[in-house]
Amino acid sequence: MSEPLLQIEDLAVRFRTDEGAVRAVDGVSLSVERGEVVAVVGESGSGKSVTGMTLMGLTRGPNAEISGSARLDGRELLTMSNRELRAVRGNDIAMVFQDPMSSLNPVYRVGDQIVEQIRTHQQLSRQQAMARAVELMERVGVPRAAERLRSYPHEFSGGMRQRVMIAMALSCSPKLLIADEPTTALDVTIQAQILEELRQLRSETNAGIILVTHDLAVVADIADRVVVMYSGRVVEQGTLDELFYDPQHPYTWGLLGSITRVDSDRSARLPAIDGMPPSLLAPPPGCHFQPRCPHAFERCGEVPELSPRTPDSPGHLDRCWLEVERKRTLRLVDGQIGLAAPVRA
Amino acid sequence: MSESGLPEQGPGALLAVDHLRVLFPVKAGLIIDRTVSRVHAVDDVSLSIGTGETLGVVGESGCGKTTLIRALVRLIKATSGQIHFRDLDITAASRRQLLPVRREMQMVFQDPQASLNPRKRIRQILATPLALRGLPRAEIEAESRRLLDRVGLRPEHLGRFPHEFSGGQRQRIGIARALAMQPKLILLDEPVSALDVSIQAQVINLLDDLKEDLGLSYLFVAHDLSVVRHVSDRIAVMYLGKVMELSPAAELYTKPMHPYTQALLDAIPIPDPAENRKRVRTVVTGEVPSPIDPPDGCRFASRCRHASDICRTVEPPLTRYANGHLAACHHPQNVSAAELAAAVRSPLSPTSAGEQLPTLAA
Amino acid sequence: MARFVIRRLITMVLMLIVISFVTFLLFIVALPGGNPAALIAGRLATPAEVHLISVRYGFDKPIWVQYVRTMANLFDGSAYSYQEGFNVMGAITRGAPATLSLSIGAGVFWLLSSIGLGTLAAVRSGRYTDRVLTVLSMVGVSMPPFLLGAVLIYYVSYKAGVLPINGYISFTVSPWQWFRHLIGPWITLSVLFIGFYSRVLRGSILDAQGEDYVRTARAKGLSERRVLVRHILRMSLLPIISLWGLDIAQVIGGGAILTESVWGLHGIGQLAFNAIGAFDTVTLLAIVLLTAICVVVMSALVDILYAVLDPRIRLG
Repeated sequence: MSEPLLQIEDLAVRFRTDEGAVRAVDGVSLSVERGEVVAVVGESGSGKSVTGMTLMGLTRGPNAEISGSARLDGRELLTMSNRELRAVRGNDIAMVFQDPMSSLNPVYRVGDQIVEQIRTHQQLSRQQAMARAVELMERVGVPRAAERLRSYPHEFSGGMRQRVMIAMALSCSPKLLIADEPTTALDVTIQAQILEELRQLRSETNAGIILVTHDLAVVADIADRVVVMYSGRVVEQGTLDELFYDPQHPYTWGLLGSITRVDSDRSARLPAIDGMPPSLLAPPPGCHFQPRCPHAFERCGEVPELSPRTPDSPGHLDRCWLEVERKRTLRLVDGQIGLAAPVRA
Repeated sequence: MSESGLPEQGPGALLAVDHLRVLFPVKAGLIIDRTVSRVHAVDDVSLSIGTGETLGVVGESGCGKTTLIRALVRLIKATSGQIHFRDLDITAASRRQLLPVRREMQMVFQDPQASLNPRKRIRQILATPLALRGLPRAEIEAESRRLLDRVGLRPEHLGRFPHEFSGGQRQRIGIARALAMQPKLILLDEPVSALDVSIQAQVINLLDDLKEDLGLSYLFVAHDLSVVRHVSDRIAVMYLGKVMELSPAAELYTKPMHPYTQALLDAIPIPDPAENRKRVRTVVTGEVPSPIDPPDGCRFASRCRHASDICRTVEPPLTRYANGHLAACHHPQNVSAAELAAAVRSPLSPTSAGEQLPTLAA
Repeated sequence: MARFVIRRLITMVLMLIVISFVTFLLFIVALPGGNPAALIAGRLATPAEVHLISVRYGFDKPIWVQYVRTMANLFDGSAYSYQEGFNVMGAITRGAPATLSLSIGAGVFWLLSSIGLGTLAAVRSGRYTDRVLTVLSMVGVSMPPFLLGAVLIYYVSYKAGVLPINGYISFTVSPWQWFRHLIGPWITLSVLFIGFYSRVLRGSILDAQGEDYVRTARAKGLSERRVLVRHILRMSLLPIISLWGLDIAQVIGGGAILTESVWGLHGIGQLAFNAIGAFDTVTLLAIVLLTAICVVVMSALVDILYAVLDPRIRLG
C-alpha cells in the first residue's frame, strides 16, 4: 500500500502564555486513509481540536510552536508558507466546526458565503459558483435550496446551518474533511440526520474524515478507527471493535464505563473516573493519566511508548505499562468495562 | 423507585402541575404593537412529583422544558393553570407567601460558569442562602464546610473564586448552594450537559447519593434520553409544549408508545459498535415546527410516519395504559389489543384534546 | 427593513418634540434670570411698559401657546435675543460655515485616521507598533484641546509660520486659504477623538478575531486581507460609527467651544460661549435645539446604518 492520505508524525503544539508554555499537543502520530473515518476522542483539553486546527494552519501565530510532521498526499503541511497553505485550506482540507450558530458570518447571505469559498479556489463566474452552491445545498438535504441561499444565517435552524457548513466544506471536493464536534450543539434527531449525511458523504466522495468528538456513542455509529487522546497525547488507537471490545488503556475503560446508555439499565453507580484532567502547564511526570488511575504502579512514572501491546493485533496501539492479560481482568467492573473506584489512602 | 400505578395527580404529591400554560405574545405593528400571534411554550401540561421521586423531563429545543422550570420557580408567569407545592397553590402566591416554598424548591442550572457570581468567593456564595435560612452567623462557616464536604469538595475551597474551579467542581458548588436551603425538591436544568463525559458520571453519582441520603425529589430536565434513564423514576417526553408520553422510567425504553419517543430513542447511537450495527433505526426527517400558533391535532403529526387524518385534526388525549404509562397518540405503538381495551382517558389530558381513545388499527 | 426605518423616523420626530418642549420649559418659562418681559424692557422700564411688552410678546398666554409661538419664531427666523436684540437665526447662520467646515472636516479626518491606526494596532497587537500606538493614543486622549491648540499656535503658526495664527476664511473667498486656516483647528479637535476611537476599534477587532465565523473564513482559505476587510472590519466598525454619529452631531451643534475659541473661528460654539456669559436664553435655546436635532437625527441615521450592516437588526 502507498502512503496514506494523511500521515501525522510526532506532532507537537505548544502555546506560550504568561503562565508558561501550554503543551496542547504532545507528540501525536496518526494516519487517515481515503474513505476512512477516524474518530479522535477526548475531553476538553485533550488536544483533539488543536490537532485538527493545526492541520489547517489555524493555530499558527506568534505564540505557537509547532513541530513534527503532517503530510497530506505526501505534501508537508506544517512547513508550508501561508500562501501555499491558503490554497490547501478549504480546497484539499475542509473543516466543519462545532457550533453552527456562530460559525457562519451573520451579516452575509448563506449563498454568498459558499460562493466566496468556491471562487477563492476555482476560476468560476458568480453564476456558475451559485449554481454549484445550489447543487451542494440540495446534496446535503436543504429543501428549496435556490431560495434558501438568499437567506441570512439567523433565518436557519441549527441543523440547517450545520448542513450549510457541510455544503461549504464540500464545495471544493476536499480530500480530507475535519469535523470538529459537528453534532454536539444539535438536537438528537437532527444529530442523527447529520451523521447520516456524513456517512453518505464518505461513501460517495471517498474523502478521508477526521471526526473530533467526546461522544463515544457517535464514534460507535460512524468511525472505522478510533484515536483516544488524553492531556495532549494519544493514549490508545485501534479499530472500532478493538477499542470498544478490547480497550487497553485505563482511561478508555473509564470513558466507556462512565457513559450513560439508552439501551441498558445500570441501576448501580456509574463507574466514574475520579479527579480531573491535569493542567497542561505542568502535566504530571510519566503517564499523564497516572494520578487518576486506580491501577497505577511504580513504572507509571516513566512515559510508556505508544506501541502495539496486544499479540494478535499489530494496529492496536496504547500507552500503558500494565500486562495485557492483567488489563483484561482489571477493566471489568460489575461485569462491564469500566474503571474501578480508586483505593484511597 | 416509584410504585407502579402511582396516583396520577392529587393530594400527596410534593409538586403538582395542573393544566399549566405559558404563552408568549408575539407583537408587531407599524407604530403601535399589538399581539398578532402567540408562542405556545408550555401548552396545557400536567405533571406531578412525589416525595423522594425523580421525574425526568426530556425533549429537544423548543419543547418547553426550560420554560416549564422557569414557570415552576415563578421566573415566568403562567398564562393559566395551577402549580401546587405541598397542596399550597403557588401559581399566584405573593413574594411573602412564596418565601417558604422558595426555600424548599431549589434550582441547579446548566451552565455552572454563568450561574455563580464570579466576584464572590465560595464562602460568600454559600453564606447568602445559609443566612437566609436563618442560621446564626457563628454556625455558617461550619455549615459551609459541611456542605462542601457533602458535595465532594474540600473546606479550603471556601476561600476561592468560581473561576479557580473546573466545570465539574463548579457544578458541585451549584449543588451545594441549592442544598444550603435544605430543599425538598431540586429542579435540575440540564445539570450535566455542559460537562465532560468523565465528569458527568461523577455529578450523576453525587446527585444519586444526595437523593438517597437526604430524601430529595428531583425534576431532571435533559435533551436526550440517555442521561435521564439512569436517574429517573418516571420520565415525561415533551414536544412543542405538550407532554407526549409519561411513563415509569424503565418501561419507556422497552415499550415506547409514542412515535416521537421512538424517534428520540432511535436517534441516539449506542456506544457499542455491534449493537449499533444490529439496530434497525428510523431517522425521523424534518425539523421541529415553529411553536408560534401551532396547528390543531397532534403536534408531532407533521414528522410522524404513522400519522393519519385524525392526527392532523384532533389533538390526541393522554391515554392511560397499564402501569400508569400515559401516551398522547392516536396510533400508539407496542400496545396490545387487551391493553387498548383497558385504556382510559387520563385527567391530565389537555382540555383541548379530543374525547376519542385510540383504537386498534384496521 | 422599510418598517424598521419608518418606526425609527417616527420615534425621532417624537423625541424632538419632547426635547424641544422640555428645553423650552427650562430656558423660557422657568427662566432663572427673571421675567423675560422685564429683561426686554430694560432696567428703567415702568411696570406698565413691562406689561405692554408682556402682552405683545405673548408672555401672558398659556404655556403651550407660548411654546408653539417660540418654536415658530425660532424656525422662521423671527426670534431675537432679549438682551442683545440681534436676530438669533441670523447669528447662527453666520456662525454655521465656520462650524460646519471645522466639524465635518475634522470628523472625516478623525474617523479615517482612527480606522487606520486602530486596525494597524489590532493587526500588530502585542508587537512594537501596537505598544507605540497605545502610548500615543493615551497622550491623545489626555490632551486638552486648549493646550494642544495653544501649542500648535505657538510652535507651528507663530514660531515656524507654517500655519495661519487664527481666523476663518470662507471657502468661496479662497479654497486654499480656507484649508490652510482649518488645518490647525482640525488637528486640535481630532486628536482626542482619534486616541479614543482607535482604542475602541482595536478592541473590537481583537474581539472579532476570536469569533467562530472568522475562524471559518480562514478555514475557507481566504487571504488575511480579505478576512480582515470582509469578515472582521464590517462588524468591528459598528461601535465607532455610532460613537462618531453622536460626537459629530455635538460638534456641529456648537460643542467644539474650546477649539473654536482657541483658533478664533467665531462659529456656533463661540456663539454659545458668549450666550452663556450674557445669559442670553433665546440664543441658548436655539443652540440647544440645534444640538438636539443633530444628535437625534444622527442617532437615527446610525441606527438605520446598523440595520443595513447587520441583517439581524432589521427584524425591528
